[in-house]
Amino acid sequence: MPHVELRGFGWRHAGRKAWAVRGVDLSIEHGERVLLLGPSGAGKSTLLAALAGLLAEDSGEQAGSATVDGRDPRTARDRTGIVFQDPQSQLVLARAGDDVAFGLENRGVPAAEIWPRVDEALHRVGFPYPRDRRTDALSGGEQQRLALAGALASRPTLLLLDEPTANLDPAGAALVRQALSGVRRETTVLVEHRVAEALPLVDRVVVLEAGGGVVADGPPADVFARHGDALAAQGVWVPGHPIAPVGRGTPGPELLCAEGLGYRHPGAERPALSGVDLAVRAGEATAVLGPNGTGKSTLALLLGGLLKPGTGTVRATRALAGTGTATQPPYRWRAAELTRHIGSVFQNPEHQFVTSRVADELALGQRRLGLPSTVDELLVRLRLDRLAGANPYTLSGGEQRRLSVATALATAPRLLVLDEPTFGQDRRTWIELIDLLAGLRREGAAIVTVTHDEDVVRVLADRTVRLS
Amino acid sequence: MRFTAPLADPRAPLGRRNPVAKVAAALVLTIALLWTLDPITPALALAVELACVPLFGLRYGVLLRRSWPLLVAALGVTLSLVLFAADRTGATVLALGPVTVTTGVLRSALALSLRLVAVALPGVLVFATTDPTDLADALVQNLKAPPRFAIGALAAFRLLPLLGDEWETLTLARRARGVDAGRNPVAHLRLFASTGFALLVSAIRRGTRLATAMDARGFDSGVPRTVARPQPFRTPDAVLVLSAGALAAALLALAVGFGYVRTLL
Repeated sequence: MPHVELRGFGWRHAGRKAWAVRGVDLSIEHGERVLLLGPSGAGKSTLLAALAGLLAEDSGEQAGSATVDGRDPRTARDRTGIVFQDPQSQLVLARAGDDVAFGLENRGVPAAEIWPRVDEALHRVGFPYPRDRRTDALSGGEQQRLALAGALASRPTLLLLDEPTANLDPAGAALVRQALSGVRRETTVLVEHRVAEALPLVDRVVVLEAGGGVVADGPPADVFARHGDALAAQGVWVPGHPIAPVGRGTPGPELLCAEGLGYRHPGAERPALSGVDLAVRAGEATAVLGPNGTGKSTLALLLGGLLKPGTGTVRATRALAGTGTATQPPYRWRAAELTRHIGSVFQNPEHQFVTSRVADELALGQRRLGLPSTVDELLVRLRLDRLAGANPYTLSGGEQRRLSVATALATAPRLLVLDEPTFGQDRRTWIELIDLLAGLRREGAAIVTVTHDEDVVRVLADRTVRLS
Repeated sequence: MRFTAPLADPRAPLGRRNPVAKVAAALVLTIALLWTLDPITPALALAVELACVPLFGLRYGVLLRRSWPLLVAALGVTLSLVLFAADRTGATVLALGPVTVTTGVLRSALALSLRLVAVALPGVLVFATTDPTDLADALVQNLKAPPRFAIGALAAFRLLPLLGDEWETLTLARRARGVDAGRNPVAHLRLFASTGFALLVSAIRRGTRLATAMDARGFDSGVPRTVARPQPFRTPDAVLVLSAGALAAALLALAVGFGYVRTLL
C-alpha cells in the first residue's frame, strides 16, 4: 500500500467559486522525498493541509479521495507532522523544550517518555541550545528548526513542509535546509519556491498546474529536462534558467543625501543603525545588503522620510523636492507631500493597504494631491485590470506585491524605496517587478532597495551598500 | 508586557511553591486587607510581606524597581488626601494657608496608602516569581481548568509583544501612503480607528495560523493530555495557603479589636 494516495483529489474552500486544487492523482511510497512544484495558485499549500488532515469537512467541498496509510488524513493525524512558513505563529510555548513537548502532551505520550523524546528531536535538528532557551530569543532559522523538532517529536511517518524557509534570510534558510538534510527516515513532501536549494533534499519532483492536477512527475533531472522551459515561463524558479541583467542606469543629479545617519529603537540597548553616509542619485539603482539585524529596514524607513533620524541627517535636494519643501528634512513633510516625492514599499504589502478595493488603493494618493487620475493606466501596466474591484486582502502574494508597488508609483515620486520587494515572489512576478524598476530608472527615478536577493544585485543594481 | 523570565531565584523556598498555591495565598491576604480601615493592620501585613520577600528569592532592589508605579500611586493617594480630605478632625499638625493638616487627615491618608501597598504587594510578589507557563500548567493540573482555555490563552499571550511592533509598522505604512491626520483631531481619531482595524485583521490572521499549527500538533483533539511539567500540590504548598489564611484571620481579629472593620461590605 502506498503511503500517500490521491485519486482525482480536489478541494474548494467554502464560499469560493474556484477550486483551490483539482484533479490530482498521485501516490507516494514510504521513504520517498518529494518536491511539490507549481505556479502560485496551483494549490500546493491546500494539498499539504489536506494530507495533514487540517481541512475540516465542513470548511469546503472535496472531490475524489485522499488517504494516508489507507486512512482519511483527518483520522491519521498521529502519522503526520507539518511545518509552516511563519516561525512566529507556529511556536506555542515560551521555552524551547516545552514547545517540542507540547505535541507529545497533546497526543497523550506517557510523561516518562516525553523528555527523552524531546531531547532526541532537538538533537535530530541540531538545536544548539538547552531546553529552557526562550523561543523569542531565537533567530528565524533557529525557530524553524525548533518547529521541525516539534513536528518530528511525535514520530510522524509523513513529514509535510510548507515553504519552511520562505520567511527566512539566506543564513536562516541554510540552517533549516541543513537540519532537513539530516531527516531521512520520514516520507517527506516539500513545497519550496527556490528549487535549486531544495533539490539536494529530494529524489522526486511533482509539478501541479492550477486546476489541472499533476502535469509532470519524476526524478528532478528528467522533469526539468522535459518541462524546465514551460515551468520557468509559469513562474517556477527552475535551476539553470538564469535571468539576464537588465542593463545599467545613467546617474543623474543627487536627490537625497544621508550623513552620519543613525537610529535607536525606543527601549533598545544598541542602535539599529549608526554612521551611514549615502547619496542617492536620479537614474541609479542602489541595493542595500547585509545580514538580518543590521538595520536595513530601518535605513529604508529613514530614507523614506518615515522615521526621524536619531543621529545625523537626511536631506532632500532641490532636484527631488523643488524649492518649497526642500529646506525641511523629509520626515517633517506632510504625508501627502511625501508621496509626491518619495514612494516607500514595505516588505509586507498588507501593511500598506488602507481601502477595500484595488482601484481605490491606486486612486488614494492622487486624490489627496489633486492629481489627474491614472488609475486605469496603472491597472493595465501592472496586470491588475481584472482585479480593479477586488479587496486587496484577497489577492495572491504576487498580485499584492504588484499592487503595493503600483500604489507607490501612482503619485509619480522620483525616489522609490523598497524593502525586500522580491521576497517570496515567483519567477514571473520577479521578472515583471525588476523590468518595472528598470523602466522607472530609465525615466530618471532613483531606486533604493533593501534585499537579501543576490539576483536583484546581479540583474538590477548599479551599486551596493553593505551594512554590518 | 514582555514574556520575560522570572526575575527571582527559582529555588527560593516560597518562590518555588506551586503557582496556584501562591495565587491562592495572595488572594486570601488581599481580600482580608480590603476589609480593614485602620493604618495598623495593613502596616503589620506589609511588614510580614516585606519579611517574606527574600523567601521568594527576590532582592529588595529588584522589587523596588518592579513596583515603583505602586509607590508613586501610594504617594499620590497620601498627597491628595492631605490636600482634599473632607474629614479634618483631630489636632492640627500644620497649617499652610488654606490647607490644615490634622492628625485625622494624616491617619486616614496613611491608612489608605499603606493598604494600597499591602494589598498590591502579594500580587507583585507572585507574578514576579511565577512563570506564565507554570501558572497555566498548575491551573490545568490543580484546578482542572480546561487546557483549551489555559494553554490557548498562554499561546495567545506570547503573540502580544508582536502587536506593538505591528502597530508601529502600520502607522509608518499609512504615512507612506500619504495618510496622516495633521492637526485635525477628528482625522486623528479616524486614523487611529483605521490603524486599529488593520491591526485587528492581522492579529486575527496570525491567531488563525497559530490555531492551525496547534491543531496540527494534536491540540484539543479529544485524546487525554499528559503532562510534561508536573505541578504537584505538596504539603508546603498547603502550608503556604494555610499560613496566609492564618495571617489574614489574625489581622482581621486585630482590626476588630481596634474597632476598625468595615461593616458595609
